[in-house]
Amino acid sequence: MEPQDQTANGLAIEVKGISKRFGSLLAVDNVTFQVKSGEIFGLLGPNGAGKSTLIRMLTTLVPPTGGSATVAGHDIIRDPTAVRSRIGVIPQNMTSDPELTCAENIGIHARLYGITGESRRRRTAELLEAVNLQDRSDALASTLSGGMRRRLEIARGMVHDPQILFLDEPTTGLDPVSRMSVWEMITHLRVQQGRTLFLTTHYMDEADRLCDRVAIVDRGRVVALDTPVALKASVPGASRIEVQFHPDLPNGAPDLERLPAVQSVRSLGSAAYRISSDRGPASAQELVELARELKLELRSLSVQSTSLDDVFLHYTGHGLAEIAETAAPAGEAKKGGAR
Amino acid sequence: MNRALALVERDMRKFRRSPALLFAALVLPLVQLIILGNAFGGNIKNVELGVVNLDHGPQSVTVVERVRAVGANARTFLPTDYVDEGTAVSDLRKGVVGGVLIIPQHYSRDLLEQHRPHLVLVTDNTDRSVAGAVGSQMADLVASINAPPVAPRETPQAILDVVEVYPYVDYIKYLLPGSVTLAIFVTAMIGGGLLFIDDKSRGLHEGYMVTPITKWELILGFNLSGVIKAVLSGGTVLVLGAVVAQVPDFFQPARLLNMALMVVLTSVALIGMMFFIMARINDPLVPRAIFGVLNTLLFFPSGAVYPVAGFPKWLRVMSQADPFTYAVHGFRTLLLKDVGITAIGTDVFALTLTSVVVLGGATLLFRRTL
Repeated sequence: MEPQDQTANGLAIEVKGISKRFGSLLAVDNVTFQVKSGEIFGLLGPNGAGKSTLIRMLTTLVPPTGGSATVAGHDIIRDPTAVRSRIGVIPQNMTSDPELTCAENIGIHARLYGITGESRRRRTAELLEAVNLQDRSDALASTLSGGMRRRLEIARGMVHDPQILFLDEPTTGLDPVSRMSVWEMITHLRVQQGRTLFLTTHYMDEADRLCDRVAIVDRGRVVALDTPVALKASVPGASRIEVQFHPDLPNGAPDLERLPAVQSVRSLGSAAYRISSDRGPASAQELVELARELKLELRSLSVQSTSLDDVFLHYTGHGLAEIAETAAPAGEAKKGGAR
Repeated sequence: MNRALALVERDMRKFRRSPALLFAALVLPLVQLIILGNAFGGNIKNVELGVVNLDHGPQSVTVVERVRAVGANARTFLPTDYVDEGTAVSDLRKGVVGGVLIIPQHYSRDLLEQHRPHLVLVTDNTDRSVAGAVGSQMADLVASINAPPVAPRETPQAILDVVEVYPYVDYIKYLLPGSVTLAIFVTAMIGGGLLFIDDKSRGLHEGYMVTPITKWELILGFNLSGVIKAVLSGGTVLVLGAVVAQVPDFFQPARLLNMALMVVLTSVALIGMMFFIMARINDPLVPRAIFGVLNTLLFFPSGAVYPVAGFPKWLRVMSQADPFTYAVHGFRTLLLKDVGITAIGTDVFALTLTSVVVLGGATLLFRRTL
């Protein structure tokens, strides 16, 4: 099945200054962005950044306290039913019924979208096959592994062939093999079916690998939004080089700061240095030549490209893991108080 | 409507796969019916009665013989002779005997001299039922001793004849209406309360709320599936209970129809009430914490186990506000009196009014958003 009609202006989602306040807590603060039809758009941020609240507002589960948004061309406040009938949602928590079989879970969801009779049976079979669960059709959802359960959730969210699919942290809690399987499925949904996908994640590699564009969210605000490549390129010192000499450089760090394209140098002790450079491979070549010139031995040399973690650090002033550790115990998916 | 039926289909599939809910809803009321129904309301028998005869005259021997006659026939009490009253009363305190009859010295002489001698019955009033039964039997016995050997030609006293309009109603039949109502309530607590909140806290409702299902369809779906389960368990206890309690002419079609109406009305009212209570609750511990209290507050003031007429005034007021009262009264009227629907008009009205109020309130409280 192909996705339904796309909006006239080519935008699947348009968010204008949307906010959500829970008491004194401003969970989402005046957020504005647009998602084009057919793209995979990612919200990247730690637990507690406001991703789930934002996705819940866009899927009509939580009313905003300010601003507006249209999803599939329909206003989320004025016409929530039209929005609901055009979106598929795979929430962060597993919401398939553990006491129902895979086929029953999909079939009952189909009925909630008005799909009945033979169409329901056919669609259920198609979706179970699409997510490789055709052999587990009559198995209770409670007996599935985490990865299988997530695939069932994706199938269920696709039952009415939605224009836009929302996935809230689709791989959280999954093992590496299951993560890969879900990633493949997400890629397939876009490549084969041209659907718009909106996903939230706190995994850098997930956003980097899957998303056409990524919005970095921190403390309820979007602090950067672009393609992963452009975001990484926007960070000064796009490459990180670690080098160790023997013996040490005669003047230490100043000998390295003179090299072209080097942005900064930090001594790590024991004649080792961390260098930020705009041109990683070229700087590495210059380090080899410097060692030869000064008759020093190069004990180690490694070049790393900028990751989205560096981008996050650059735009927020703190690392993703660092804030995730402090926010994780509170969780972000608590009803009514989600951030 | 079709979307509401999707929720009903979901619940029925789960209900059929795991009939534990039906089992749980049936066990408590049926066990209660069989155990309490047989434990209460029977005639008290075999109470050990200590007899201390300090007289030994011919009139006291008559008393002892009549006591032994009761022991051999009605068996309300079984006499045991004691030599002195101190030992007998001590045994009464220890629970060895349930009462002590003391025939005082000079009883025979005083009786013949018409000095109105006193027989003394010492009872253990920590058990009022046993003390009452022994006292009543002894009063009859003393009345028979006092009766003149030849009846006077004209009896000056008025005589009361008690006529019972229905066949003998033992306690198990009296308890059955409460058991049926309890079965419906237990289903409402588990199926309409516990599972509802558990599903909500597990995020299952979130999965429904992102679909186009409307608020009305959600309310209709949740309540309809609850009512179907409550009708199944209430109907099962009604039929099984009527067979166990041997309710006469239970399977008359018109009677069954009236009782089916009562089962449906009670189910709608109690499921609606549970939905009203649970509309804003998210914590799965809350229903578990309040169900015991709720059961006591609704079941016992309803007259299910003891007549409302015996309650203090404040409890009678509480009883009038309790939907259980009308369910129990309606079932009791239909089961034990075999009268038509008009006899339960007040009960039908009260249960309908309860349904309208609680479902209206629940609709106002229920939120379609998180």
